[in-house]
Amino acid sequence: MLLLLALGIGTLAGCGTWLLLRERSFDTVLGLTLLSYAVNLFIFAMGRVKPQAVPIMEPGKTPSLATLADPLPQALVLTAIVISFAMTAVLLVIALRTQAHTGSDHVDGEEPRP
Amino acid sequence: MITTTSWLGGHALVMPIVLPLVAGALLVLLEKARSRAAVPISLLATGALLILAARLMDQANSGEVAVYLLGNWRAPFGITLALDRLSALMLVLTALVAGGALWFALGFSLKDEARQGQHFHSLFQFQLMGLCGAFLTADLFNLFVFFELLLAASYGLLLHGGTRARHRAALHYVVFNLAGSALFLIAVSLLYGVAGTLNMADLALKLPLLPPAQARLAQAAVLMLLVVFAVKAALLPLYFWLPDTYAAASAPVAALFAIMTKVGVYAIARTSTLLLGPEGGPLAGVASPMLPVLALATLVLAATGALAARHLRVLVAYAVVASAGTLLLAIGLGTRDALAAGLFYLVNSTLVAALWFLLADRIATARGGTDRLEARAFSRGWAPLGITFFAAAVAVAGVPPLAGFMGKALLLQAAGHTPLAGWVVALVLGSSLAMMMALARAGSTLFWKAGAATTAVVPPAGGSGAQGASMLALLAAVLATAAFAGPLAAYTQAAATQLMQRQAYIGAVLNAEPVPPAYDVRREMRERGDAK
Repeated sequence: MLLLLALGIGTLAGCGTWLLLRERSFDTVLGLTLLSYAVNLFIFAMGRVKPQAVPIMEPGKTPSLATLADPLPQALVLTAIVISFAMTAVLLVIALRTQAHTGSDHVDGEEPRP
Repeated sequence: MITTTSWLGGHALVMPIVLPLVAGALLVLLEKARSRAAVPISLLATGALLILAARLMDQANSGEVAVYLLGNWRAPFGITLALDRLSALMLVLTALVAGGALWFALGFSLKDEARQGQHFHSLFQFQLMGLCGAFLTADLFNLFVFFELLLAASYGLLLHGGTRARHRAALHYVVFNLAGSALFLIAVSLLYGVAGTLNMADLALKLPLLPPAQARLAQAAVLMLLVVFAVKAALLPLYFWLPDTYAAASAPVAALFAIMTKVGVYAIARTSTLLLGPEGGPLAGVASPMLPVLALATLVLAATGALAARHLRVLVAYAVVASAGTLLLAIGLGTRDALAAGLFYLVNSTLVAALWFLLADRIATARGGTDRLEARAFSRGWAPLGITFFAAAVAVAGVPPLAGFMGKALLLQAAGHTPLAGWVVALVLGSSLAMMMALARAGSTLFWKAGAATTAVVPPAGGSGAQGASMLALLAAVLATAAFAGPLAAYTQAAATQLMQRQAYIGAVLNAEPVPPAYDVRREMRERGDAK
């Protein structure tokens, strides 16, 4: 499962980076979105992936990270998701406004000269 | 060593964050209703922030690290705010620059105000909140959150009253910073993965104890962090966003942005002294081969950019890059004296950069709206603008008698004991010379050829006395850094010493005691039978 997760994060990050480097603003936005997915999964994975573990202590059992999931990365990833979601929205608005102003969806605001 | 700040009910440390937040939230509503109260409230909040910051600086100057536990959680578990001399200095600088920028913005006429945008004041306060938070926090993830906050506000401020150039610059700026944020998150979570903590003081203790395999990961994470901070601070391969962005922003916004590059510088100073110092174990000196070299290269390119600039604002933006290069050089050299010199230079260079952006706007307005470096007649204010230009040029290029020179002289003196000394002396002096030439050429084109120009001048949109007054205030602050160089140098020396002795900071943060509860809610609930 770890390998699958690692490959998934790697694929997302790779695709995100490739899209980020393209010249159309829509591709760039998509690239950043994929990159933020990869980052969110990575944060989650840094809390160690454990099947069937919850971050809730039970009475009678000694709390230990061997049996419980680490709640902190889950809190961090929540914050990161909210921020990246909001930023993607802002970026979309900026990209749309730029296109309206310049009449081009090239990231430089003008078509490259042939 | 540990004291909790007793004034303002013990909450003084969190006030620089709460005050702009409350003011900003209020301003959103007031600006929506087009209330006349918006401007006075914004001014009042910024003034109060300045007083608060000055008071905190006075407190920090006792040498104690004040700590505030948010939510009353003990240090590595909750978010901690910590105030030492460096943080206090940055807070005061932020408030000073913000005051100048805001005062300048008042001078815009009604037509300009529409151009400036409806929510200027609330965004301005939110940006201040992000800046103050970034300077105060002692937690890496919290630092990320405040970075995002100040960036989000800066996107809004940059775009306000958008022109074509501004939109294009904003798209690049936002995309670049979002990619930086992704890298920041990867670095932070990697550090959490290996050390299990994000409190900077706790990290400083845990990272040196890591087994070798994990130490490699920690090294990678810390270097990634430095890359992110270098994006903000405009270090060589990562500064290309800055000239376009700063040149496109409106004058008060660009002036406020002058402090934003310093956030990156601050974060690099903080992490490199706390995590990468000689006590850092496997992390000790991880960045020291690269940082000074990149900083020197930044200096060279900034000087080249300044010489090649065709617009005054681009020239000023490259001066900002050059000052960032000088600062990072001071941090990268890694000695206490160099750091002290850097902090001394930081005060002057931030104030001067803010002054320059305001001045460039006034010059552009007086010349019919263009800051292109070509001969063009002035409609008014030729002499006062020229004198201010001269003073500001002296301050930014580092020529005696102003504080820019003293900062550079202190830095060269401190560099004498390091292996890079020859390069440092040659390139710092060389870039100063190039900057001086660029400014002299710009000044003589703008002011001395102005009389010969035949271009008809459009009557300027009325700028008011507030703009001139705000520039005079910033100029007075710049001159004051030279006049009171002795006390300031003593303060920055003490700040550098405090940064180098990381034990005091770590001890203060980790040993801070939570405030004893006034009411024991759990016991009351138990007694009432509401809970087990």
